[in-house]
Amino acid sequence: MIKAYLGVDIGSISTKGVILDENNKILASKYIWTEGNPIGAVKNLINELETQIDINKIKIVSIGTTGSARKLIGVVLNASVVKNEITAHAIGTTSIYPDVRTIFEIGGQDSKIILIEDGIVVDYAMNTLCAAGTGSFLSSQAKRLGLEIEELGDIALKSKKPTNIAARCTVFAESDLVHKAQIGHKKEDIVAGLCKAVVTNYLNNIGKGKKIVSPIVFQGGVSKNIGVIKAFEDITGQKVLVDPNSHLMGAIGVAILARKSGQEIEFDFNVKNIEFTTRGVECHKCANNCEIICIYRGKYLIDAWGNKCDNGAIPIKNH
Amino acid sequence: MAKKKISFPQFGNYCIPFEYLLTNILNVDYIIPPPTTKRTLELGSMHSPDFVCAPFKYQLGGYIEALELGADVLFQVGGVCRLCYYGELHERILRDLGYKFEFINFSELDIYSPIDVYNKFKKYNSKLSAPAIATKLLICIEMVKMMDEMENFIRENVGFEVNNGSFDNIYNEFLEHVRKVKSKKELKKLYSIYYKKLKDNEVMKPKKPLKVGLVGEYYTIMEPFSNHFMEKELAKKGMVVTRTMNISNTVFWLGREKELKKKVKGYLKYDIGATGIDTISEALELAKKKYDGIIHIKSFGCTPEIDAMPVLQNISNDYKIPILYFSFDTQTSETGIKTRLEAFYDMITMRKEKNK
Repeated sequence: MIKAYLGVDIGSISTKGVILDENNKILASKYIWTEGNPIGAVKNLINELETQIDINKIKIVSIGTTGSARKLIGVVLNASVVKNEITAHAIGTTSIYPDVRTIFEIGGQDSKIILIEDGIVVDYAMNTLCAAGTGSFLSSQAKRLGLEIEELGDIALKSKKPTNIAARCTVFAESDLVHKAQIGHKKEDIVAGLCKAVVTNYLNNIGKGKKIVSPIVFQGGVSKNIGVIKAFEDITGQKVLVDPNSHLMGAIGVAILARKSGQEIEFDFNVKNIEFTTRGVECHKCANNCEIICIYRGKYLIDAWGNKCDNGAIPIKNH
Repeated sequence: MAKKKISFPQFGNYCIPFEYLLTNILNVDYIIPPPTTKRTLELGSMHSPDFVCAPFKYQLGGYIEALELGADVLFQVGGVCRLCYYGELHERILRDLGYKFEFINFSELDIYSPIDVYNKFKKYNSKLSAPAIATKLLICIEMVKMMDEMENFIRENVGFEVNNGSFDNIYNEFLEHVRKVKSKKELKKLYSIYYKKLKDNEVMKPKKPLKVGLVGEYYTIMEPFSNHFMEKELAKKGMVVTRTMNISNTVFWLGREKELKKKVKGYLKYDIGATGIDTISEALELAKKKYDGIIHIKSFGCTPEIDAMPVLQNISNDYKIPILYFSFDTQTSETGIKTRLEAFYDMITMRKEKNK
């Protein structure tokens, strides 16, 4: 029996899972859409991963979760480690690129920069109030142009003269893009301009004031877009590395953290057949009216959160 | 004539000295508005211009909640940024909403001029003599200084308390008693009793705990709801939390500007408005004291604090100290904030281990 570790990264747009052995070798991996239903997505993910391995030879002994739904999925999967995506990404990337200095990460809704020295995170920044220049922006603009998100990169590469598109704010960028299309700019130029706008926006907001030192590794869903990679290289003047598994770094990182935690909890692939439900209740004990989310496994309450103070705490019984 | 009921929106625990001063020197009652909640923010945002900073919205909500409790005199202390124009706007919005009240706008007077202040408050006059007023004023100043001192101590230790909530319990008891003190002597006695209680409260502090400092904009850093109780979140992770910004270190610090300019030499030449210079001076101090990290807090769009940020970057680079930046508006979701704080905690923990 081989001991294995499951890492799950549940982002706003996509859900990623990997199974690693004790030497960080990937035994199975899967990337699917979250589609606003993290619990359902994780069940599908577990199902897919199960088909990739021989469960008579491989035994999952520990689970880690990361991404914006990490807490919820951590409860569902009974994870040993629930970790924020910044730490998870840094751990995942340094396991493959030990001498990395800068990580660019652009996901569906978040974008971040992580600076690393000797394998340790020394500084990071993450977008704050708005999702300008992230994957969701690119996908909505692709739709507007009647393109598939996967095609954007190759189309952008065809352009010789990228259109200038205002990068500061998504709303401005969108109207700029519409105007330029209407006055006759070529589609490939607009797409290339869009990729450039994502990069300028990223470097001006997230990367502002940060010293960008190579080796640079670029990851997150948007790193699959070759147009954005090229724009990054053009603007920074440095080589930008993209791992074939760049979309899995968070999941890899958190699987490693699960292994390092030393905490082994039995896992059953049957979890995909158990019904998990959530219910939102308003507390009403003060004017905050906190919305408390209760998580049930079958009919049993297994966790609850969302209360700002102890008045709204819901006691959990062990089942 | 019925006694007037005066009020000012919640601001940390400072409603207690405000209440003390006003009820003691004027012939008025003080209405303490309910603690800031989501409702305060909703009321405030509903009637505010969208792009105004969050403190404006919180205060407007606070005024409305005070009016609902029967307040009929409101005051606005103003400030050294856009805040000094907020009084007029608050008053206008509240009048348009149909509320009846009197409004005292500090922006219209010089708070360091006793005559000016006296004239403004004459109408709510008490029968106290000038020396009696001065005595009460001095007690109030002393009270604020004591509170600031005790809160500093709590911030640095609450993360290590053995009994959950013990520091808060002691401090709340102090606040309850301090409202009723009669003399400076009584105040001092109370302070020494409770400061001792705080010091004697059982803590389990490691030898070299993680230390993080908070710097940033006046209102958002001091009103805990508006920064999502960040100090508490940090302390819960087992860290020493330091925040220099308070009333003692601003309003009561005579010669502040001159001294601050000296402190920030090499990083800043001019005053950049409001508390921008304080932010830089405090960050520099924390960096020199080898803190593990700094968190910069501001309301979205706060210009002086935005101006301070490039300087903070320089400090961060020169002293190799990580700085995390937060901008708060009216969003109430905590997920994003928790993610960033968690990552920050992981980072400074790993950095510390590496530098051992």
